[in-house]
Amino acid sequence: MAFAFDEMLGHDEQVRGTYAALNTWLRDQSPDLLEQRCQEAELLFRRIGITFAVYGETDSTERLIPFDVIPRILSSAEWDILHRGLEQRVRAINLYLNDIYGRRDILRAGVLPEEMVFQNPLFRPEMNGQRVPHDVYVHIAGIDIVRVDENTFYVLEDNARTPSGVSYMLENREIMLRLFPDLFSRYRVAPVEIYPDELLATLRSVAPAAASAEPTVVLLTPGIYNSAYFEHSFLADKLGIELVEGRDLLVKNGVVHMRTTEGLKRVDVIYRRVDDEFLDPLAFRPDTELGVPGLMAAYLAGQVTLANAVGTGVADDKAIYSYMPEIVQFYLSEEPILNNVPTWRCREPAHLSHVLDRLPELVVKVVNGSGGYGMLVGPAASKAEIAEFRARIKTNPKSYIAQPTLSLSTCPTFVDRGVAPRHIDLRPFVLTGRDRIRIVPGGLTRVALQSGSLVVNSSQGGGTKDTWVLDR
Amino acid sequence: MLSRTADNLYWVARYVERAEYLARILEVTMRLTSLPIGYVGATNEWESAIATAGCSKAFYARHSEANEANVMEFLTFAPQNPSSISNCIELARTNARAVRTAITGEMWDVINGAWLDLERFGNALGSREEFMRFLRWVQETSLRFDGSAFRTMLRNDMYWFSRLGLNIERADNTARILDKKYHLLLPADARIGGPLDYYQWAAILRSVSALTSYHWVYREGLKPWLIADLLILNPQMPRSLASCYDNLVRHCDSIATAYGRQGPAQRKARAIRTKLQNARMEEIFQRGLHEFIEEFIADNNQLGSAITRQYLM
Repeated sequence: MAFAFDEMLGHDEQVRGTYAALNTWLRDQSPDLLEQRCQEAELLFRRIGITFAVYGETDSTERLIPFDVIPRILSSAEWDILHRGLEQRVRAINLYLNDIYGRRDILRAGVLPEEMVFQNPLFRPEMNGQRVPHDVYVHIAGIDIVRVDENTFYVLEDNARTPSGVSYMLENREIMLRLFPDLFSRYRVAPVEIYPDELLATLRSVAPAAASAEPTVVLLTPGIYNSAYFEHSFLADKLGIELVEGRDLLVKNGVVHMRTTEGLKRVDVIYRRVDDEFLDPLAFRPDTELGVPGLMAAYLAGQVTLANAVGTGVADDKAIYSYMPEIVQFYLSEEPILNNVPTWRCREPAHLSHVLDRLPELVVKVVNGSGGYGMLVGPAASKAEIAEFRARIKTNPKSYIAQPTLSLSTCPTFVDRGVAPRHIDLRPFVLTGRDRIRIVPGGLTRVALQSGSLVVNSSQGGGTKDTWVLDR
Repeated sequence: MLSRTADNLYWVARYVERAEYLARILEVTMRLTSLPIGYVGATNEWESAIATAGCSKAFYARHSEANEANVMEFLTFAPQNPSSISNCIELARTNARAVRTAITGEMWDVINGAWLDLERFGNALGSREEFMRFLRWVQETSLRFDGSAFRTMLRNDMYWFSRLGLNIERADNTARILDKKYHLLLPADARIGGPLDYYQWAAILRSVSALTSYHWVYREGLKPWLIADLLILNPQMPRSLASCYDNLVRHCDSIATAYGRQGPAQRKARAIRTKLQNARMEEIFQRGLHEFIEEFIADNNQLGSAITRQYLM
């Protein structure tokens, strides 16, 4: 693996400007004190109940997502570029979705092959020709960004359905403020606590025309057994909105209501953390217990807003990802500010042969996968694994894309034997309302805790860090 | 507020109160059985404990007789007993977690902390000393939960539903104690059994934390008819049936005012309280204390159902 760019030391072991004060501070602390603070952090997380249920566990223990106390720091100049790039990208995504479910100009112009859209299992024919309130589809986007060099940031993945992690962004900052007040006197860090306000403003701004002046917003959760439940209850609490499950809602006279102690109350906007498939047994999976019968009908009649809209999955799969630069160009007539990781689409014969020739060097991903599963990391794979994957790709080339192995930047992290560099990524959260796009500085930094590992997903043992964007 | 949220708040309060009640029953039973036989008589106190906890059916499905070891285990940690102390704490915590937005941070900290600490105790306790320490811990947890609710919750429907749960459970618990021991609580003109009964009466009072209070209210030695009066009719005593119903009427009315509507729950609460207000111990004894208590337990359950139908579904 090439030597990664280290956020603190760059390529040449010289402490970068933004990290100078942190470096000094780390040197001055006793290892015992730091160890103590790490344990305090863990205890706080447990007592607050910021836990996570991992898929595939047979018993119901709750796990913590490990939190590393060394922050990841971005200068305001670095963030500026990211901010502008994120805004541009999410704007394009919303225009794309409007188009795909509407006039389909982009398909007529031949920019994308049609089957990418129509044969995409996440494309929802129910949304054909359907306008959504204020034409916003993706109200909340989590755009995963990686850094490979001092000045090179790539978008790794778009998450346009139910992106999660913002509660960690917020709680990490609270814990840091509590444990390391001293550090905050050395740095002027842009606050993130305004996120819930921004989110509420976003959700209220997209209430349907039929709603009253004070729209009722709720958060729809699959319930306490969902791995992200903590975040659902955390956000509902901060937003001051009801946390509802499917069984608390009822569609009556075409309007969505919730069951309250004072009778049925109208609901105007649903921030839904339930996947499309489970939203409505009358429209999608009939066996779902998480949904609300008749919700889709009320939605299509414009009586309720769903955030994010139904059918946004057609914008965030890995195959569409490879067309994002063309999508930005097409709708905005602008060069993308943030680039994609160079990507080869195995559905195209020229790309396919390039990929098959170089499998040991590449990362190959399944187009409709998530959570880091179903992936081949060439340099880390055995000959047998590579051969097996090669066969899989040849059988079904349309299902795969490949990218060069990236040397993600590293950041100093607490490990068994002190502080060592570990690979990180960044997930900022982009909010799109009727009036404007709001992005809170920073986002969630995820860290791969194993030495050399590139897998940052919490479901596979990754951790998180606080992300600091420095004020000018 | 969401009906399900109100339902969860109501039940969190009930489960926490129930856990405390079980702990007190066990503590009192342990104390009674430490006394030499001559002081308490021949009854099997452990059997009494199971009956007072309302778990006879479930218990005797698994055990042929009640003794210290199996009753302690059944009421503290048995996973098969839905009303064991550890299950009550687990259920309270699960309910609380489902309505994080409705309880305050302090309340969550107490109940989640208790659930985490429960693991420390394991699922079996060795010595009597360990048991006692555990029972004390359960009671302290309940006090902290109740205290944090009282001190930190906004006075709105969330608070009142929580208090409804607490008071219905408390009334039920006091009634059960009376129901089990009614044969010891004789009227003033009856022939009192010998000094044996003193320790039993003291035990009754301890199980509602009223041994000292009794003396402040009545300023004389323990008399069974006064004990009955304290636990049933006396509004000064926080665990009395009268006291619970003063609270229940007050909270039902607060909810009715907030929502602008009276209903069957308000009417039922008021009816039961009126019965208590108009009752006199002499008449209760005449009719039969046992019958009075049985009728009360049924009435109390009906109020619980009325509240559920009116608000929690």
